Amino acid sequence: MSEVKLLEVSGLKTYFHLENKAVAKAVDGVDFYIRPGETVALVGESGSGKSITSLSIMKLINKPGKIEDGRISFGGKDLVGLNDKQMTNVRGKEIGMIFQEPMTALNPVFTIGNQIIETLIRHKKMTKNEARLRAIELLKVVGFPRAEETMKEYPHQLSGGMRHRAMIAIAISCDPKLLIADEPTTALDVTIQAQILDLMDEMKKKFNMAVLLITHDLGVVAEYADRIMVMYGGQIVEETTIEKLFLTPKHPYTMGLLDSLPSLEKEVDRLGAIKGTVPPAHRFPIGCRFSDRCPKVMSKCRDMNPSIYETDAEESHRVRCYLYE
Amino acid sequence: MSVIETETRIHTDQDYILQAKNIKKYFPIKGGILKHTIGHVKAVDDVSLSVLRGETLGIVGESGSGKSTLGRVLLRLMDPTDGQIVFEDQDITKMRYRKLRPIRRDMQIVFQDPFASLNPKMSVSELIEEPLIVQTNLTKLERKEKTISLLEKVGLRSEDRYKYPHEFSGGQRQRISIARALTLNPKFVICDEPVSALDVSIQAQVLNLMADLQDEFNLTYLFIAHDLSVVKHISDRVAVMYLGRIAEIAPKKNLYETPLHPYTQALLSAVPSTDILHKKEKIILKGDLPSPSNPPSGCTFRTRCPMVHEKCSEVRPELTEVGNGHLVACHLYTGK
Repeated sequence: MSEVKLLEVSGLKTYFHLENKAVAKAVDGVDFYIRPGETVALVGESGSGKSITSLSIMKLINKPGKIEDGRISFGGKDLVGLNDKQMTNVRGKEIGMIFQEPMTALNPVFTIGNQIIETLIRHKKMTKNEARLRAIELLKVVGFPRAEETMKEYPHQLSGGMRHRAMIAIAISCDPKLLIADEPTTALDVTIQAQILDLMDEMKKKFNMAVLLITHDLGVVAEYADRIMVMYGGQIVEETTIEKLFLTPKHPYTMGLLDSLPSLEKEVDRLGAIKGTVPPAHRFPIGCRFSDRCPKVMSKCRDMNPSIYETDAEESHRVRCYLYE
Repeated sequence: MSVIETETRIHTDQDYILQAKNIKKYFPIKGGILKHTIGHVKAVDDVSLSVLRGETLGIVGESGSGKSTLGRVLLRLMDPTDGQIVFEDQDITKMRYRKLRPIRRDMQIVFQDPFASLNPKMSVSELIEEPLIVQTNLTKLERKEKTISLLEKVGLRSEDRYKYPHEFSGGQRQRISIARALTLNPKFVICDEPVSALDVSIQAQVLNLMADLQDEFNLTYLFIAHDLSVVKHISDRVAVMYLGRIAEIAPKKNLYETPLHPYTQALLSAVPSTDILHKKEKIILKGDLPSPSNPPSGCTFRTRCPMVHEKCSEVRPELTEVGNGHLVACHLYTGK
């Protein structure tokens, strides 16, 4: 795979200033990159900051949240410095996004056709008729057999899986270079989930898109991603290829996460639960953010947050843990 | 007297805590100016199952398969349209509510959403004591002791009883729901998607807790969930539901190792696996779940089945034993 970086995020900090002067450090120093055409997964539990990271890339952070620091370089330009108007030319056109719940992402009072046409006219400067033909084509690509009729339907007339397909059609309508998928299949049943993930994978290959896949489901990651980043407490704690993460996980949090998953392949008497809960973003421990729950905690873990260490000479395997200092 | 063979043992009525026969639950669809009934949603359509004392019976199915409705009907939280429910040798199908009340002590339910199932205006101690006030004549002090011991059993602190539900995280709330369900020492607990709203690390904690409590209180669980891995972990036997009917029911090992019904096979193959060394072949089903108000004739799965043949649209396959307590409703296995 090429060494060109499509998206490079460095030192990203997104804080929320709460009413009582407390600061929730939802994203606190995140670095990563995505190469063209690869699928990178961002994994974590609720409150780990994975969704805020994706919303920061799209610059969809509203008050009291603010991008405090960092660079988001996308195709050579720094998104942090762009104003709202410049950003609207990036959103939907160069970066597409699909969400967990299509019913809240689609506009209930416009037909599916209208919503695709709107995007095409705005970003691709097509005429209405061109846009209509392209929209029908897109709906066929994402698997609507009766695309002409679907154009005239409203979101509530479609089933859950079909709404997802419509949302994907809108997201890929302008041939984005990057697709951000935030928990794209969490609300779906497994048989439909398999359909949608396969469709996303097919679209990715067809249009040579890079995908940032945000999910809590490690099974989905194992099957569809090339690289993975595990987030905890607003920071990336482990980053490597899929093979390395699942075969030789290094961070105690990643190991705990893998042990706590019931699996179809192996039979265990007891699941290896991680004790405690994810700390809220305004009350992280002083040292390592996982220290309160870590089975391998050392005294220095409680004093200072470790930086992220490269543990593999050949291929990247970064781990934020003193065990690998 | 019904006799079902599982493994080498033969079970009689005494071994069952609950037996349900031909349960149907139809919801009317009203329409027209006069709001006549113009059709029915067949949420549960002729389901028979028996739950063995002390076992965990898992029920899996996608949304709309009728698994939650079935759970509610079995506890008489909803009245069945047809069929018979026998709980501990008592026919509770048409039992009047007043007579049913003492039996309710023995059967409880834990719901999916710990944010919706706990009254936000009640403190934890009020929530847990309420069943004791309604069902027993314990004194105030006895109730307090019971509350504290239950909270400690589910991994919360005794001081927590003064707090309100919003002060807890999702996992802690689910612990409160479990404590509340166990207040009256029930024998049978239906768990309706108890961990699906929780993060994986918390999900593991709650599943472990449920297993511990089952040993300690000698509970029988009916565990309803859509997550096949979770159901595999906790169950002894598993039933797969599709569109209001049971497609397959078998001891866990048989069901997961040699699934027979094409739907079960597709369902299992679609679960994303973290085992990156052994990639499995996926069976991608086409289409969505048909509407339960107008289910396909014959076998309801035939519209999505990769193995469909002529007979499937004509005759409805009956749930038939194929050995070792493994029952399947599919013409491929019922011969003829």
